[in-house]
Amino acid sequence: MLTDITIGQYFPGQSFLHRMDPRMKIGLLFMWIVAIFVFDSQVSYGIFTASAILLALCSRVPILTLAKSIKPLWMILVFTLLIHMCGTPGEVWFHIFVFDFTREGFIQGFHICLRLALLIFLSSLLTFTTSPLELTDAMESLLSPFKCIGLPAHELAMMMSIALRFVPTLIEETDKIMKAQQSRGVNFESGNVLKRLSNLVPILVPLFISAFRRADELAMAMEARCYRGGEGRTRMKELKIRTLDYGACAGTVLLIAVLVVLKVEGI
Amino acid sequence: MTVHGDGYMSFIEIKDLTHIYHAGQENAKEALSKVSINVEKGEFVAVLGENGCGKSTLAKHINALLLPTDGCCIVDGMDTNDVTKVWDIRQQVGMVFQNPDNQIIASVVEEDVAFGPENLGIPRDEIKKRVDEALKAVDMERYRAFAPHLLSGGQKQRVAIAGALAMHTKCLVLDEPTAMLDPKGRSEVMSAVKKLNKEQGITIIYITHFMEEAAEADRVIVMEKGKIFAEGKPQEIFARVDDLKRLRLDVPLASAIAWNLKKQGIYIPDGIVQEEELVEALCQLK
Repeated sequence: MLTDITIGQYFPGQSFLHRMDPRMKIGLLFMWIVAIFVFDSQVSYGIFTASAILLALCSRVPILTLAKSIKPLWMILVFTLLIHMCGTPGEVWFHIFVFDFTREGFIQGFHICLRLALLIFLSSLLTFTTSPLELTDAMESLLSPFKCIGLPAHELAMMMSIALRFVPTLIEETDKIMKAQQSRGVNFESGNVLKRLSNLVPILVPLFISAFRRADELAMAMEARCYRGGEGRTRMKELKIRTLDYGACAGTVLLIAVLVVLKVEGI
Repeated sequence: MTVHGDGYMSFIEIKDLTHIYHAGQENAKEALSKVSINVEKGEFVAVLGENGCGKSTLAKHINALLLPTDGCCIVDGMDTNDVTKVWDIRQQVGMVFQNPDNQIIASVVEEDVAFGPENLGIPRDEIKKRVDEALKAVDMERYRAFAPHLLSGGQKQRVAIAGALAMHTKCLVLDEPTAMLDPKGRSEVMSAVKKLNKEQGITIIYITHFMEEAAEADRVIVMEKGKIFAEGKPQEIFARVDDLKRLRLDVPLASAIAWNLKKQGIYIPDGIVQEEELVEALCQLK
């Protein structure tokens, strides 16, 4: 019952977004985020929204799946909108209790919400089109310049990838332990919150013990295979920036150039 | 055991090896005491013994995962006590452990096989070549893009063997590799190991509980309480049914039947280990 959980929200595919170098994707996402904060005219928001939708269509990830990524945020969005509506002075639309809801407030709130939604949408587009493994490799590569100030880039990436490797194994194990406990009469499905939480203890304790044992054995297996940290290590698969990535980069630069021109022209 | 003069060394020479866990503390426990073993290049040695008799401790010494409290362990002329040689020794001696899940490091089969050579700093093209060869040697090429948790136990153990092969090890130490597998997985692993021993001349040290597996070896070593109890060809060892029973070890079914028949006064030749041999002997009866 637990075994059908997927790690992250990777949606396998062959689109150009899937095939891009993960480092370039992360870099470009960063540029887009900065741009969304810098260029705040109505026209630029229009351009951002249009390009985000275009990218989503290109990725071939179902729009509904993508839209769900914003779902956890809707409360914050609505709240932001309301706060702005009653907090901004201007032409009063309607009046509830002691609050005045203004037109200007609505426009400003809408902008902020759109900005937030775009940020989330674009970031999830990254995680939808990049497997966790690629993300880990990209992280190691992007953080490696900071090694000189003592950031353990390789170790962090190795930890992440081992964690990812063991997610299915530990899920399987949790399932086994739960069944073993259920067969002895533990009820995980009913009772109040406190009762249910206390029922988790007999699952977590054996799970932790076995995870520590696994870690011990894994460390030994890694040592037996000559693992001695990131130094002097080569990789079989290396990330490569290709024409496709330069193309995407050029596209982003062009977009930003257009936005700069618009801003300078004051449109 | 052969004694060599004039500077000849066996591939693995273990001399008076003693290992004490938590040495000097209250809970000190002697796991091995004065064990001496020589293993020649290309040999297939099986190690038998009860739980806690020091088999795994012995295995970990060959790979320098544990260092001797006393005595020494020399692999291909390199002493495991020599810290500068540790990585060379580990490259020469590949280890396969009991739990297949706890020795696969990467989330994709081929990347796991590449883990060893990557650690050795081998160039990329060479790694790819080695991964191909290693997966082929254990008949797992079809699964190179699989996630390890989708494989069966026997397949996972073969991936672990491939991981050692990709480092171009000369010797494989397998520590109860089949203890957690079903019969199908057991025979898969066993035939992969035998093939590597025959075709590539890889030295095998195979620790096991299964007598049928030990019967396939060139030489069997039986351990008891940190000491070597007996050593010899499988035929010689499995003829000592009384001794093995005292150590709470099984004998292969064929040996057990032969021994019982002999006790009943029926003439059966000594040294029967394989079923075919027993059938042969029974057909010779008049």
